[in-house]
Amino acid sequence: MNSSTGVAARLVAVGKSYRGVTALDGVNLQLRSGQLLALLGPNGAGKTTAVSVLLGLLRPDAGTVTLFGQDPGRIQARRRIGVMLQHAELPPTLQVGELLRLTAGYYPAPRSLIESAELAGIGDLLKRPYAKLSGGQQRRVQFALALCGRPELLFLDEPTVGMDIQARQRLWATIRQLVAQGCAVLLTTHYLEEAEALADRVCVMARGRVIHEGSVDGLRARVALKRIRCLTTLSVDTVSGWPEVSEVHQEKARLHITATEAEAVVRRLLDADPQLRELEVQRAGLADAFTELTRDADEASNSAQREAA
Amino acid sequence: MEAMMPVNKSVPAIGMPRRRIVGAYLQEARSECLRYLRAPGFMLPMLLFSTVFYLMFGVLLNHGEASRYLLASYSAFGIIGPGLFGFGVSLAIERDGGLLTLKRALPMPPGAYLLGKMAMAMVAATIVTVLLLLIGVFLAHVVLSWGQMLALLLTGMFGVLPFCALGMFVGTLIKGQGAPGLLNLVYLPMAFLSGLWLPLSMLPRELQQIAPIWPSYHLNQLTQAAVGLNKGPLLGHVLALIGFAVGFVWLAARRLRRHG
Repeated sequence: MNSSTGVAARLVAVGKSYRGVTALDGVNLQLRSGQLLALLGPNGAGKTTAVSVLLGLLRPDAGTVTLFGQDPGRIQARRRIGVMLQHAELPPTLQVGELLRLTAGYYPAPRSLIESAELAGIGDLLKRPYAKLSGGQQRRVQFALALCGRPELLFLDEPTVGMDIQARQRLWATIRQLVAQGCAVLLTTHYLEEAEALADRVCVMARGRVIHEGSVDGLRARVALKRIRCLTTLSVDTVSGWPEVSEVHQEKARLHITATEAEAVVRRLLDADPQLRELEVQRAGLADAFTELTRDADEASNSAQREAA
Repeated sequence: MEAMMPVNKSVPAIGMPRRRIVGAYLQEARSECLRYLRAPGFMLPMLLFSTVFYLMFGVLLNHGEASRYLLASYSAFGIIGPGLFGFGVSLAIERDGGLLTLKRALPMPPGAYLLGKMAMAMVAATIVTVLLLLIGVFLAHVVLSWGQMLALLLTGMFGVLPFCALGMFVGTLIKGQGAPGLLNLVYLPMAFLSGLWLPLSMLPRELQQIAPIWPSYHLNQLTQAAVGLNKGPLLGHVLALIGFAVGFVWLAARRLRRHG
């Protein structure tokens, strides 16, 4: 028991397939209290299946799944979680306040109606029927339903889809606040900047496997590339001949260079073109790292298939 | 990370007091009733189908004992509606829209979802029966004792349940907006074949003989008995309805387990 203290959710060697298609293949995952884990991956990577298994909606074919050390099928375990799914059409004629009261009623020690509403920024919507809300407002209501039970573990599946920038920033602030209070959060998202802004750890999935797990910085560091942009008279052909440069292209007047050692390239650029303007150097973002990783995984699997064939 | 560890221990309240569990069931039933009472597009067809038919055939075209017979048969017809549609359509739509998935992921007490829908169907069936009784007593001048009215109301309230089970089963066969069409394909022929629109004696002999295979036939026998027209034994019909209910629930549960 002591070894699992603070572990909110755990997958150990979990496998699941549907009609012969492997959705999860030996997935290990661990999420502790006060931690936000972002689950990333292209469509069909197995993220939704992993979440469904953790929520007790699907039974795995192999391996073990636990929420707070218990089977997620047990209601005692689920009383400690809050859930926001990607698609859930709530009863359109019920008012927001009624939905909140109903959901809070499932939990042993829920937040007050006002507290939940304020955390999700829907204090002014309580009397409104759900169907009359905009997409972003409905999303915020679903977020309020997820947190109203004072959960120790929150599942957030694409929480900010359809929200404007302000609403998104507010939601991020609330998520940070909950994590600081010790709540564990499992976030699945397509927005890499969301993972970058919130996550302690990221877990990248592809083809039913976890292909990378670690910190956001760790993931970025796996891709050593830097991006350089500038306005210059130098041609693409000239720059692409330089040894440190891995890729060059031109967008309008601007030259976009990808390089392993930015410093050397910048020095050479400034020497070659004294008129050079608007120089920018950037480390590869999570998006680049992510693309790189999933491409590697694809190539590995393709070559494995070729070898098998 | 180590500093976060005490968090789990600080929330020992995993046990749920019984009062809160009962409250959750009641809230679920209340929400389910409210949401459909507020949806006229859902309630009106259920309420108007049988009442309009009864107004036409039981008040305008027929009088006396025919009105009494039709009060019972249109009550049966009206009672079936909320069961089939209240359960079937909402289940089909909620499976499609992800609400059922969300509810299964949430710590909703087991059974609250189905009990809530049952409560809603019982309320709607009672409303239909009250409307038909009002039309029968005041417009068609059918003479009923208080006991007969109460019997018809109770038959409506509980007679809807086997049709909830049938609606639930149909709701597991189809997702989303296709459900009303499929349910009408069950509802209307079944009503006709079990003598809810025309007395069975007016149907061909073969159809009369197979009528007991329809659950609606047995409900009609009970509503007829409530208004004083069926003097035969009722236990067989009650048992048949219970049997249908158990059978459809079993089929529906099997499909939900397999397909979600």
